[in-house]
Amino acid sequence: MEITTILLKILFAILMIVVVMTLAGYSVLIERKVSSWVQGRVGPNRTTVPLIGGIPILGPFLTRLGIFQPLADGLKFLFKEEITPGHVNKLYYFLAPVIALVPALTTMVVIPFGQYTDPGSGETNALMLAPLDIGVLFILAISSLGVYGVVLAGWSSNSKYSFLGSIRSSAQMISYELSLGLSIFPLFLWLNAPGVAGGLGLTAVVDYQQNIWFLFVQPLSALLFLVALFAETNRLPFDMAESETDLVGGFHTEYGCFKFGIFFVAEYAHIVIGSALFVLLFLGGWHFLPGVADPWPAGWIGAVLSTVWFLVKTLALILFFVIIRWTLPRFRYDQVMKLGWTVLLPLAIANLIVNAIIIAIIDTQ
Amino acid sequence: MAQTKVIERKPLSLSERTYLPQIVSGLKTTISHMFKSPVTLQYPEERPPIPEGYRGVPTLVKDPNGREKCVSCQLCEFVCPPRAIRITPGEIAEGSENEHVEKGPEEFEINMLRCIYCGLCQEVCPEEAIFLQDIYSMSGYTREEMVNDKEKLYELGGTLPDEHFKWDKKKAAEEAAAAGGGH
Repeated sequence: MEITTILLKILFAILMIVVVMTLAGYSVLIERKVSSWVQGRVGPNRTTVPLIGGIPILGPFLTRLGIFQPLADGLKFLFKEEITPGHVNKLYYFLAPVIALVPALTTMVVIPFGQYTDPGSGETNALMLAPLDIGVLFILAISSLGVYGVVLAGWSSNSKYSFLGSIRSSAQMISYELSLGLSIFPLFLWLNAPGVAGGLGLTAVVDYQQNIWFLFVQPLSALLFLVALFAETNRLPFDMAESETDLVGGFHTEYGCFKFGIFFVAEYAHIVIGSALFVLLFLGGWHFLPGVADPWPAGWIGAVLSTVWFLVKTLALILFFVIIRWTLPRFRYDQVMKLGWTVLLPLAIANLIVNAIIIAIIDTQ
Repeated sequence: MAQTKVIERKPLSLSERTYLPQIVSGLKTTISHMFKSPVTLQYPEERPPIPEGYRGVPTLVKDPNGREKCVSCQLCEFVCPPRAIRITPGEIAEGSENEHVEKGPEEFEINMLRCIYCGLCQEVCPEEAIFLQDIYSMSGYTREEMVNDKEKLYELGGTLPDEHFKWDKKKAAEEAAAAGGGH
């Protein structure tokens, strides 16, 4: 590989990290703003920066929207006093936030986010860091590593709240992992059905949805995947890991300052990646609307437009995640387990079998 | 004995057991709330309306002629349950315009760390010189700052537009009373 190619790859990787981290930061803002709107409040509207905040109409508008708030939050985490409780296992205590963040950031390597049509040859390629054939398997494998961060954090903290939080969340993540994987199997069955150019890459899924989104073809899969995704990202109806009301802060009770910040970012990075994954699998990725041909022109303009459209869909899903948080109460722990094992898993398996039978019938005709 | 009404609890229907219709109706509620205007008061800039008869920080007021009303009778000092008021009575100097009033406070201190905002001082004052007005946020960096002295109390109190001419010179008071003023 040439040195320039490597440098370009590194540049793209840094760009993508910046975008994902910014999205994670701003989904915190979305969360705070939406929660305040739902509750009849105003939300963060004071933070401002000298130069941009001084622009006549735009500055106060952005300030009211709280656009600069994530910046202040991040800086606050950075400059806080680094406190390590005396009763923790130091090595694992410091390792846990890193382990929580790394899988969240690793999965984005295989996430395609747009398309580039070569103006000369008319060939269309997906924009992604690593065009991996087994994209979806890679994501399932890596993202389930995230649970180790939670487990380590709970165990090394040496505190009952952290311990309970991590036990609950690891049990939950392990049980929902199954439904998560099984719920998207039918998609890939159809993708690799006879007569279809298949594969396990995410670009293949997106290409397949050129005409109609999987959401409409496989609504049950979409529902199961969404529920499992909520559980995997520890979002509210399933936020066993945190459950502020009974476990103080759950697995990160003993964490403060930047270490807590990393957990926080990892959690939101998970949501961003999860939303992106749902968009890719069920909402047609960067394809415009079901049944409508893509209006993206050839060349870089089309690439940017398709990426923006993909981001719009992802943001809409993040918004949905947030609104759900302020709509539903938390499940009790046994209800979570019951829902996972006795409802989601059988449904996912049934869904898989029915789809397999349909494909077999079509195949034999 | 009161009649007990037994509510029949029907088993959940299938659609209820999937939670989905409930989630949708919940989403409807939250989303409709998102577009309602917030009820927040931007506190330091916007202040809540203070109702009539509010018991805020006790203050001393002056009469319409700008003369101090307090005659240092010390009733408020005696009635004050937490003993927040300290008055040092003094005589009004001879030759002063208000010589006939004879007494006035030399010092008047209300310790806002002790004050319980009960309003008894306002109630007991025969001269209507002390009022609990609409100031509700007092803060300071030291204990000394939280003791309001006479100057501060008058600054907070200002002048009430009442029509009490009791301590005016006799002729002026009679004229004012004849013109429909107070006592």
